[in-house]
Formats: sequence, C-alpha cells, structure tokens
Amino acid sequence: MIHVSFSRRALAIGLLALPLSLSAALAQDVKPTIGPPGLAFAPKTGADLYVTVCQGCHMPGGKGAVGAGMYPALNNNKNLEAGAYPVHVIVNGLRGMPPFRAMLNDDQVAAVVNYVRTNFGNSYSDAVTGDDVKLARSAN
Amino acid sequence: MGSETQHESGMSRRDLLAMVGMAAGSAAMYQAMTSLGLAGESTYRGSPNLSGAPKGTSVLILGAGLAGLTAAYELRKAGYKVSILEYNERPGGRNWSIRGGDKITELGGETQTCGFAKGHYFNPGPWRIPYNHHAVIDYCRQLSVALEPFACLNHNAYFHSTNAFGGKPQRIREIDADLRGHVSDLLSKSAQQDKLDESISKEDKEVLLAALKNWGGLDNENRYTKSAAAASLRGYDRYPGGGLAGPSAPSEPMKLQDLLKSGLWRNLNNFFQFEHQNTMLQPVGGMDMIGKGFAKQLNGLIRYNAKVTEIKQDERGVTVTYVDQKAKGTPKQVKADWCVCTIPASILSQIPTTVSPKMKAAIDAVPYVTSVKVGLQFKRRFWEEDEMIYGGISSTNLPINTISYPSDNFGSKGPGVLLGAYQIVQANSFALASMSAPERIAFALENGSKIHPQYKKEFDNGVAVSWHRMPFTLGCGGMWNPSTRKEHYSNICQIDGRMVLAGEHVSYVNWWQEGAILSALDAITRLHERIVKTKA
Ligand code: HEC
Repeated sequence: MIHVSFSRRALAIGLLALPLSLSAALAQDVKPTIGPPGLAFAPKTGADLYVTVCQGCHMPGGKGAVGAGMYPALNNNKNLEAGAYPVHVIVNGLRGMPPFRAMLNDDQVAAVVNYVRTNFGNSYSDAVTGDDVKLARSAN
Repeated sequence: MGSETQHESGMSRRDLLAMVGMAAGSAAMYQAMTSLGLAGESTYRGSPNLSGAPKGTSVLILGAGLAGLTAAYELRKAGYKVSILEYNERPGGRNWSIRGGDKITELGGETQTCGFAKGHYFNPGPWRIPYNHHAVIDYCRQLSVALEPFACLNHNAYFHSTNAFGGKPQRIREIDADLRGHVSDLLSKSAQQDKLDESISKEDKEVLLAALKNWGGLDNENRYTKSAAAASLRGYDRYPGGGLAGPSAPSEPMKLQDLLKSGLWRNLNNFFQFEHQNTMLQPVGGMDMIGKGFAKQLNGLIRYNAKVTEIKQDERGVTVTYVDQKAKGTPKQVKADWCVCTIPASILSQIPTTVSPKMKAAIDAVPYVTSVKVGLQFKRRFWEEDEMIYGGISSTNLPINTISYPSDNFGSKGPGVLLGAYQIVQANSFALASMSAPERIAFALENGSKIHPQYKKEFDNGVAVSWHRMPFTLGCGGMWNPSTRKEHYSNICQIDGRMVLAGEHVSYVNWWQEGAILSALDAITRLHERIVKTKA
C-alpha cells in the first residue's frame, strides 16, 4: 500500500511537473490576440483566451493583484474544483468582474475554464463542456 | 463585411452604451439602452441650499474623486465637520493628468515613469467637457479653474479605414461634404422628377431645392459635381493665391458608391451628438486642475494613502477602518456621525460594509468597463506642421480607434503629446489591457504610423494606462444595463442607515464627471434633509 501510494504520488508529481513548467514557459510567449472590432473575442484555445480576455485583470500566470480592491489569484485556487463555478462566473460575472456571455461562445468559455483548471498549479482534469456553459447561460 | 466591420469602429458613446447593454445581457436590450440617460440637459441647478446643519455634526467622505470632493466642499460650506479618506496620494481619482516625472504603477506592479517635456500632459481619464455639463463648468468657475476650447470636430483631421480608399486617410471635411452633396443631389433629382409630389407642395419643393443646393454644395443644376460650390465645402485642389499665383481649382468629389462602401460616413455623427458638439472645453494645463482646485479649498481635510478595509455603522454613527499605504502598520479607525461613500462599486463590493441586503445586492450588481489609453510624445508637432491638423480627433478601424491631437500650444516649436489609442468596452480593449505598458505603446505606434508615417521617426516617449489595472478603480466606469437599472438603481441611491453612496456609478450620466458631481449633489441634499430631521 505504502509503496503504491508513494509511486503514485511520485508519478503524479513527475507527470505534473513537466507539463506545468512547459505550459508556464508557453504562456509567457502567448500574446493577446487583436481581433476584428466588436464585442466578440476571436481566440479559440484556452491559452490564447486567457491571455487575451482574463490576463488584464487576473494577471499573467493567474497571480491576481491587490490595490484598493483586488483580483483574486486563479493559481492554486481551490474554488476552481467544481468546474461549474468558473463557468458561472465567466458567463454571468461576479461583482467587479463583467459577464462575458455576449463576448464568448460556449466553446470559448469551456476552453478557457479547462485551461485555467489545468494550469497555474491547478490540476482539475474533469473537463467542462459547451453544455455546462449552456446551463450557466440559462441560470441567469 | 468591410462596411460591417467599419460599423463597429469609430463608435459613439451611445453605440458603446448600447454595446454594454448587449455585453451584459440580451440583444433585446439594445433598443432600450439607446433610449437611456443620454438625452436632456444636466439637472444642475446650482449649489444646493443646505441651511440649518446641526452644529458639530460630522460627515466622513470616502474617496477624493470629483464626487467626494464636491460632497466635502458643499457640506463644509454648510457647516458640517468633514474629513476625507483617499487611497491615492493625490486628489481627483479618475480626474487625473500625467506629466513628466510622474510614476504610474498598475496592478501587477509594473511602473512607468512619464518622460513628457515640461508643460505637456496626458489625460488618461476624462479629457473633454461638454458645454451642456453645467455642473462641471460651474465648479470650474467657482474654483477659478481656467477653461479653454477642446477641439473635438476638426474638419481637417482624418477618417481612416484599412478597407477603404486603399487605406489612405480621408479628411473629415471631404466625407462630410460628399455625403451631404450626394444625398442632396439624389433628393433634388427625385424632387425635379416630381417623385416627391405626394409628400410636398409645389412651393415647398422650390424651397427644398434651394435648401439642398445650399446645404449640399450643389451646382446650378442642383447636381453634386466638381464645382466651386462643392469646393467651398470639401476644399480645393488649389486654394486661391495672391498676386500671380492664380485662382482656385476645385477638387473632385469621391464617387457615391465609394463613399457608401467605405463606411467612413458612420464616424460623422459622433461629432454631432449632444455631448460632443462644439464647444467642448478643457481645463488649461490638464483635467486634474479640477480635482486640485477642490483640494486647495479642502486643505488639510484629506487623508491620502488611506486604504479603506472596513465600513461599520450602527444607529449612532459610522466607523471606518483604513490602512495607511505609506506607513502600513496597524489599521486605524475614523468615526463620524454620517458617511458619504464614493468608493467605486468594483472596490466597495469587496470591502466588508454594514449595509442592507438590498444595498449590498445593488453594489454587487455593477461591474466595471475596460478602457485603455496611450499618450505619445513626439519630438515635433508634425500633425500641425505637415498636415495642418490643429487639435481634434481622427477615427480609424485600426484597433487604436482614435488619435486625438492636443488642443493647446498650437504652433509651438517643441514636442507635442497626443492620444495615440483609445479602446473601450470592445473585445480589443481587453486585449490591450492584457498587454504590458511597453507593448501597448509599441502597438499604438505600429498602428498609428499607418495614418501618420512620421510616427516612427518622431516618436519620443509614451505612457499607457489600462483602467482595469488601476489600483483605485479596477475599471473606468460602472456598467449598468436596463435590467440591473430596474432591479438595483433606486436601491443604490437610498440612504442606508447613516451612509449614502455617490459617484458616476450612482447616476444616469455614467462615465462622465458631470455624473459624479450631480450624484454627489443629489446625495448630500437628501442626506442633509435626513440629518436635519433626525436631529429635530
Ligand atoms: C475586469 C476584470 C476581470 C476580468 C477581465 C476577468 N475577471 Fe475574473 N474576477 C474579477 C474580479 C474583480 C473577481 C472577484 C470578484 C469578487 O470576488 O468580488 C473575479 C473573480 C473570478 C473568479 C472567482 C475566483 C474565486 O476564487 O472565487 C474566477 C474563477 C474568475 N474570475 C475567472 C476569470 C476568467 C477565466 C476570466 C477570463 C475569461 C476572467 N475571470 C476575467 C475580475 C475580472
């Protein structure tokens, strides 16, 4: 038992460590995407979406920031455990954070949520889907 | 696609507000939004009459932006004991100008030091005052803040689209004249062919033809052609000279199809909207002269560098906890009988505050809009020297949206500072907000050089401000839509126990300084009535 759990932990750390450092390095190189005028965001991948839509507030690497008010850190964030929560926040907004329901389509919301939940020290591998986003849209 | 794309650029405030409605909810809000809050004159009726203030009553004001400063100024005049807590180390809040030597630190820690030459500045927030914003203008008068014209419509500035006229910028006067000319030509034709006979009498028809000829710059046959009449509006190929230099030569109007397809006409009405009509004004020396003017009157009453961390109240009074951002150390407390809170909702929503559930829900219902502005200093004023552009605004479908030329120091030999990018609300404003400041400046230079090729050679230095990264606001303004207005607006205006809120977010004049002042005046007038009643 002990042996197994050890190796599983070692495996988990080993597996996570590589993609994490890789994706951190990649995220540094990803630049915000300038799209056509209008409300709709152009990017499709989670990394491009994060850097274009979220980074202005939540900062590179999801570090968050504090001034008179704050932007919560998204790195190592336990609130991301239930995928439905970030989906809901992005679609409907949360206090200072504007709703993105008219600016991101279902696939984009799912992609950025899946990206944030598997990067920045988060490792929630149960992916959310466009259907989860539809549900959040109808909730409000 | 080309014209659809163009439709999204050069957007007016009204268009943007409509977009906010859409961003925040369904497309059905579009119609409702366009009819919200934008019409009519300011409700300003002069300084409020706050007579009979009970002796010794104290009011604590949170925030030294224009709302807080107005509240403090009027309440102190009325005899209240006022004090202000302000997060920044300067007064004004979003009423702010950046000058050489200023340091700007955004959330995330990136710090820029402005390198502008002496006498030059950049307004990252409000930058122009409509003549119909009576409250702002009257306080400028009271505070002896000198005003000068802000050139908004400049007929010689540009409309530009990458999809039209081979990407060559067009002078605004040409777009304006040619749209009028072609429309007048078509309408004249219909009238002359008796096609309007059902809608217009014979006598009126003659007058209409005369009006169209006059307004459209038509020739003697009521046609829009390369003519002296058209040139008198759209300009000349050769302007008449002195001596032997010769007479004028008219210019050739663009073709109607080209004009329509270009979509550039969509930019025109922005300048004719109520809030953008001539004469717009600006304080001499920078918008922040207003905040500074108030602060001078309130000498010693403003505690700067104070980050509010808790707002508590009971039947007897208000206790506010704050942390001194310079000294840090243990939190301090201020007590007062009453409180006017002008902290932006984006930030107030995060501060533990004793308020009713309805008020809390209202505070939580106002997210904040993005805005990014870039100020660029060039070594010489090439827009004046090479292109005869003195102040005013060029509009483009490039993702910088706007270039605005300084309205002061015309003809001076040294450098000049212009607004090199202004993105707000739209997707690209988030993209710009996500860039580092040097990236935003490079972006403004790269794009702007497609309109002014002199950019790269003449660039000196720049600053970029992302409002979502401003530690004191987390955004440029409160974002209401028709359904949040309906559900929460009246609640956010109520006096909640011993506290009342004020600021542009507690107004229908969102994102304007006028909204902040009108909101403060309305709030303190009602608060004063309540105080007098409570004491009686
Ligand atoms: C305008 C700035 C802004 C942008 C852009 C923004 N957020 Fe937020 N976000 C906030 C603020 C402010 C909060 C905290 C609200 C509160 O708790 O009062 C927040 C909260 C959150 C939360 C909840 C965190 C927690 O611990 O409960 C998540 C998840 C989140 N944001 C994800 C995102 C994602 C993903 C994006 C990009 C699609 C994004 N945000 C874009 C401002 C922003």
